[in-house]
Amino acid sequence: MPLIDACATEDIDLEDVMRFDHGGHSYAIYRSPDDEFFCTDGLCTHEKVHLAGGLVMDHLIECPKHNGQFDYRTGEAMRAPVCVNLRTYKVTVADGRVLIDLG
Amino acid sequence: MPRDYSLLGPDAARAVESGLAAADWYHSDVPRKEMKELMTRTDGPAIRDTILLYGVMALCLGFGIWLWPSWVSAPFWLAYGVLYGSASDSRWHECGHGTAFRTPWMNNAVYQIASFMIVRNPVTWRWSHARHHTDTVIVGRDPEIALMRPPAAARVALNIIGLPDALAGWRRMILNASGRLAPEEASFIPESEQPKVIRTARIWVAIYAATILAAIATGSVLPLIAIGLPRLYGAWHHVMTGLLQHGGLADNVTDHRLNSRTVLMNPVSSFIYWNMNYHVEHHMFPMVPYHRLPDLHARIGDDLPPASPSILAAYREMMPALLRQFRHEDYFILRTLPPTARPYRGEFHQPEA
Ligand code: FES
Repeated sequence: MPLIDACATEDIDLEDVMRFDHGGHSYAIYRSPDDEFFCTDGLCTHEKVHLAGGLVMDHLIECPKHNGQFDYRTGEAMRAPVCVNLRTYKVTVADGRVLIDLG
Repeated sequence: MPRDYSLLGPDAARAVESGLAAADWYHSDVPRKEMKELMTRTDGPAIRDTILLYGVMALCLGFGIWLWPSWVSAPFWLAYGVLYGSASDSRWHECGHGTAFRTPWMNNAVYQIASFMIVRNPVTWRWSHARHHTDTVIVGRDPEIALMRPPAAARVALNIIGLPDALAGWRRMILNASGRLAPEEASFIPESEQPKVIRTARIWVAIYAATILAAIATGSVLPLIAIGLPRLYGAWHHVMTGLLQHGGLADNVTDHRLNSRTVLMNPVSSFIYWNMNYHVEHHMFPMVPYHRLPDLHARIGDDLPPASPSILAAYREMMPALLRQFRHEDYFILRTLPPTARPYRGEFHQPEA
């Protein structure tokens, strides 16, 4: 599957998250405090709330609905009420663009 | 038809069918940058408040034991009781959300201590509270509705001394310690979490058993006055403030401005309640830590109904509504919005046809 050009690197602040919709599916793209980019499914595995409304702290994303947390690098569920891991996608940065591999 | 508040009853099924369960809720507009700033976590305020809380509790406990059994010890026990039986409610709440401290172990430590004091299993109640946020005051879905309609007056009155709730908590603790869960608990706690419920209940039983043994060995109720009973004699403050959260307001709506109440409180009550008096703001944005809720209130105040100016004023508004609900359980207070607010919208407070 080709890489999808999701956004420019400067579209996301350091230690923040952005929603990206593509092909009827929602994704969340993260920029970590050490300026790396990551991508996961956009909806929380607990009750399908958009994670992009949540808070990025270090390498965690906290869901805005019930404060469940995931490690957005691996998708691992870190704090209840989330128990199911998030799916993650490979990200490449080239020429100031964030490219995600949805394959 | 009278409301059925059980989580497995007909109203629960109706809420799911009508789309009221797990619905989209109204949120005031706050630009992402500002919201991010409001959500930011720090340890400082909660460390300060926790040192103050446990420090004052230790002092009161020390003086209470020292002056026991003289009546002179009573004021110290009363203060200790409120901090044990009421401040633990708000600490349980804030640390359960994980927003009080930035450092996770600090949230967890205070959450475990507070859960024990308020007699709410820390695992069970994390799930129950998540449901309360998904389906706030949706009949048959929200397991934490304090004032059902018509109001159960005797139950509410007895809760001022903690009775039905604490007794239910202790009964549930014994059930869980025996290795079982109530059917309602099993309906909202995932299986993977259920062993934790049982483990915590067993630890608590051990603590209470040691306390009771100490009371028997010393021939004094003092150990129980310090551990366990403050949940009863110190409960009044959290009941007084908690009833105001949603009492007399709309149910089965998906706009927190309609079903929750913000009340401005004196500094002592605000400390005990850890700013949960900003209740509309908390429900709309549960990511904002308690110490930033006054800022959030200032930020979105023009989109919310006016806050009640005091505990007394809030009771003056709520009590007549509760009295009317004895005869007409569908009655509720429709709070008026300032002209600057986005209006209540039909689709946010009526099940879709
Ligand atoms: S919806 Fe994300 S934690 Fe509940």
